[in-house]
Amino acid sequence: MILAENLSHRYGSRLALSNVNFEVKAGEIFGLLGPNGGGKSTLFRILSTMMAPTGGRAEVAGHDVARDPAAVRRSIGVVFQTQSLDKALTVAENLRAQGHLHGLSGPQLGDRMQQVMERLGLADRRNDIVETLSGGLKRRVEIAKGLLHRPVVLLMDEASTGLDPGARRELWQYVDELRSREGVTILLTTHILDEADRCDRLALLHEGRVVVEGTPAHLRSGIGGDVVVLQAANTEAGADAAELARRIEIRFGLKPSVVDGVLRVEIANGHRFITEVVEAFPGAIDSVGLHKPTLEDVFVHETGALIE
Amino acid sequence: MSNSSRTSYSADSRGHSAGTSSGRPAARSAVSGFWLPVATLWQRELVRFWRQKSRVLGVVASPLVFWLLIGSGSGDLGRFFAGALVLTVLFSAIFSTISIIEDRREGFLLSMLVSPASRTSLVLGKILGAATLAWIQGLIFLAFAPLAGVSIGIADVLAVIGAVFLVSFTLTGLGFVIAWRMASTSGFHAIMNLLLVPMWMVSGSLFPMATAHGWIKVVMWVNPLTYSICLLNGLLKLSSGAPGIGVSLLVTACFGLVLLLASGVVANQKSLVSNA
Repeated sequence: MILAENLSHRYGSRLALSNVNFEVKAGEIFGLLGPNGGGKSTLFRILSTMMAPTGGRAEVAGHDVARDPAAVRRSIGVVFQTQSLDKALTVAENLRAQGHLHGLSGPQLGDRMQQVMERLGLADRRNDIVETLSGGLKRRVEIAKGLLHRPVVLLMDEASTGLDPGARRELWQYVDELRSREGVTILLTTHILDEADRCDRLALLHEGRVVVEGTPAHLRSGIGGDVVVLQAANTEAGADAAELARRIEIRFGLKPSVVDGVLRVEIANGHRFITEVVEAFPGAIDSVGLHKPTLEDVFVHETGALIE
Repeated sequence: MSNSSRTSYSADSRGHSAGTSSGRPAARSAVSGFWLPVATLWQRELVRFWRQKSRVLGVVASPLVFWLLIGSGSGDLGRFFAGALVLTVLFSAIFSTISIIEDRREGFLLSMLVSPASRTSLVLGKILGAATLAWIQGLIFLAFAPLAGVSIGIADVLAVIGAVFLVSFTLTGLGFVIAWRMASTSGFHAIMNLLLVPMWMVSGSLFPMATAHGWIKVVMWVNPLTYSICLLNGLLKLSSGAPGIGVSLLVTACFGLVLLLASGVVANQKSLVSNA
């Protein structure tokens, strides 16, 4: 349903996307996870036909985004990171204008508006001026707007930005429902790990490249067993962390990654390693943690950098 | 005149959407597919305007004050009336089109641009809406015409009302062409101060072309706004300057048409985000 082939984009001399390849199947929830500046926004702009890529190609719903943007625009619903509502208009007026832009009108549009507003819990707000709504409600209106014309593909750019956890949970309930009940294909960008975990599949973007792609479970399984996190003692300059990493490598034969003065060791049976490492270097470790691999660990593993 | 330009646009869109809508069997005729967005954007401008009525005061009040001060001081309210009227329209056009800059980066315009509505219809809707607001505010200013010693018949009043719309349309088009490619509103302010206001100053609004000196006179000849002022002055019977009503109408209408086409061209450019 969505296809990127050797997709590249350059802003002047800066390469923002480099040979990105991925495919999203119909009915999937696909996530683009990565830090800000990793290329997510550029990719989003290309897929939503806001700009043409400088290299490679992309298809949405069977149409080339650069050659036939009009056909793509008929198939997509877009939820922007920034606000795209007219704040001086009411909820219903915003939706009606959106419907008109998509060629819907009359009772057909009225029914659809009612349906979407009810689904998103906006029916009693229909005559409220958007400016007076809370952040969570505004987001819901944005989503209602993106869905009004029954798009086959929904593109969401950091859609949960500025939402409190409750509102985010509600948003996800709705996204899941949308996919299962209407079969909408959803592509979203995020830098929030919890959110990425709820996608069917993910592509991790770093410095304009897809570093790894797969289901969240598959990505995590690439990391053996447990992740042990060690805080070296007296890390003022980071030199102690590097020193500790070197000593662990010599003693245990495994290479910890050092990010922001914290050591990460990927290892099966982490609890056993913890006792050994603490006994081996008394006084050199301030704190120890153990957890099952997260997507953050996957990202660190692939790039040596943190997402957030 | 503005009517004939609309017709040519709708014909253009019909050809355009016939080529691209083949993928969808929906019974959406090309005509309603074109005019519905135009109408909805036009209506949006009016509703916004109605909810922010204080805008009227900002747009109409300052030209009114300028006019009363300059006119009373020089003892000739009549001479400066058309100029102040055009200034009202200019302020309103600037006010409406400057919002495009923010609106495109973060706002309603963004979702318009990823909708299947043709760019041409979006441009026309926005310009017609903004021109209508400028026109309404111009008409409010026009209500002060008796103070300027204007006394004309009903037919002439209708002609003036039409002319004010034409001038509103051209100035909105001018604002649109400038605003569309702008990255920031401060850039627009610079252009306003360095281009639009000086353009207004040498349009016959402050001094007539007949008494202008040297190269300024040449500038006035080529300034399209000169013809807008002449048109209004002629119809209001305030003065009969060098370019007659016929020529003034023709030049103003052509200027409006060129700006409308230019707006269509800039808005149809492929990349919507020029800067990262």
